[in-house]
Amino acid sequence: MTSVAEARRPAVRAAGRRHGAWFLVLPALIPILGLSVGPLLYGVLLAFTDAQSGRTAPTAWTGALNFRDLLHDTLFWESFRIGLVWAAGVTVPQFLLALGLALLLDQDLRLRRLARVLAIVPWAMPEVVVGIIWRLVYHPDAGVLNETLHRLGLGSGRDWLSALSTALPAVIVVGVWAGLPQTTVALLAGLQNTPRELHEAAAVDGAGAWRRFRAVTWPALGPVALAVTALNLIWNLNSFALVYVLTNGGPGGRTRLPMLFAYEEAFRYGQFGYAAAMGCVLVAVVSVLLAVFLAGRLGAGRET
Amino acid sequence: MRTRPAARAGQYAALLAYLLFLALPLLWLLSTAFKSPRELGSLHPAWIPRHPTPANFRQALDEQPLLHAALNSLLVALTAAVVAVLLATPTAYVMARHRSVLSRAATGWVVFSQAFPFVLVIIPLFLVLKRLRLIDSLAGLTLVYVVWALPFALWMLVGHVRAVPAELEEAAAVDGAGRLRTLVSVTAPLLAPGIAATALFAFVTAWNEFFFALVLLKSPGKQTLPVVLTHFIGAEGAADLGPLAAAASLATLPPLAVFAVIQRRITGGLLAGAVKS
Repeated sequence: MTSVAEARRPAVRAAGRRHGAWFLVLPALIPILGLSVGPLLYGVLLAFTDAQSGRTAPTAWTGALNFRDLLHDTLFWESFRIGLVWAAGVTVPQFLLALGLALLLDQDLRLRRLARVLAIVPWAMPEVVVGIIWRLVYHPDAGVLNETLHRLGLGSGRDWLSALSTALPAVIVVGVWAGLPQTTVALLAGLQNTPRELHEAAAVDGAGAWRRFRAVTWPALGPVALAVTALNLIWNLNSFALVYVLTNGGPGGRTRLPMLFAYEEAFRYGQFGYAAAMGCVLVAVVSVLLAVFLAGRLGAGRET
Repeated sequence: MRTRPAARAGQYAALLAYLLFLALPLLWLLSTAFKSPRELGSLHPAWIPRHPTPANFRQALDEQPLLHAALNSLLVALTAAVVAVLLATPTAYVMARHRSVLSRAATGWVVFSQAFPFVLVIIPLFLVLKRLRLIDSLAGLTLVYVVWALPFALWMLVGHVRAVPAELEEAAAVDGAGRLRTLVSVTAPLLAPGIAATALFAFVTAWNEFFFALVLLKSPGKQTLPVVLTHFIGAEGAADLGPLAAAASLATLPPLAVFAVIQRRITGGLLAGAVKS
């Protein structure tokens, strides 16, 4: 695919054809502007108002009041902290596992195809179903986890998702499970773009597996790894459905991710302006991560 | 390259562990779905149901309007997929063939829209759709899904357009075909597999989507499958496990079928394109 793309000649540039381009772009551009760029800007405006749902009094500008309130909202900072722990807690182990697996699947092994096909399943499933599956696994009585631990003589009857100390780690495991195949496949694609000759040359020079990894694999994979990690961090920071189904933010707010918190503020308590301000803070954080991602892509572009 | 037998054994052990980690939770879902209430109440749940029964599926269908919800999901996802692809194809074509400011801005938007928190968009969307009387309506949700699918559809399609040699179009242009004509009769047929894969992908994302559906649909008769699934989990988190597992299994079948069809494209082309392009 890439080779064809690289070989492609510069696009036709006849002056008359330029006008046609606009006409072809509009069908997608109008809905995108109307229903995603527009609402995004509207959302930023709302963050500076006292907008509430179902209120009859007109909405008033409140300046930076929502942001000042956020600054003093310990519950928000707690959910923010939980969001960061969750995002890092999912992304980092997931990356390490996926890297190992990608290196493994890059080898000439039997079962490789099975592993790739099976990897599709958690990916294709609705997040709600992934949450339900793990509720069944973690279930205190009918769950397979407790039963296995019991058989191994490692205690029994734990309620993983409802106990204060285990809820967040238990949810993080599910996050790792749900995204592992996707991350593995992305890293595998990166590995397979590394020229084979480099490996062979290094092997001929007598480099061991670790040295080959350090000198050949890792440098070639770097930009892809950075992009994958940044995107995973962002997606995890924004996640909602999985944890909504698993714990709905409980117990005692221990798994209340920022999105769950904002959802409650907006649609349970009707605080639209305040929730929009939360959204702005999240966008700011995400933009930083995105800048890292784009820098990684640019780096990738330079090397190819 | 040669690998020592011990290392080989280690590799297979790791691969096996991965396969088990992936497969066991899925098998547990299926196992639970076929268990009788008595077996579900047993203190020592078994991997294989002793007396497998379809009763949970029947009960699930009785308890919640599953079929109706599935129809809603199907309608919304199909419409969104078709419309998104129709809108995205010409734009992707222009983005792939012209490196203009516009297409660079569009690419930036594609990346950004994959990343921004939905919560900032959902509130204004909620207000706008309310004004348009499209709250609690499948049409409103479909509209949201179309726009939500567009960036990704563009991303996938741009890759597919680039894989079509521009020489073919130039030849058509020399023969006097206009832009639209070239697109319809030369490029589109070659793009068909890519367009189909993109549509199926958009279908699956819409079928699986939960957050927008949760916020925008209120009446039970309008809700989509993922939202209805959560009704099986009671307010206190207590759930009738058998029907819950049965319903969850049913909801997974359509996306799995679709992914079985487009598997190769997804793992190969899409990701290579997404990471490299």
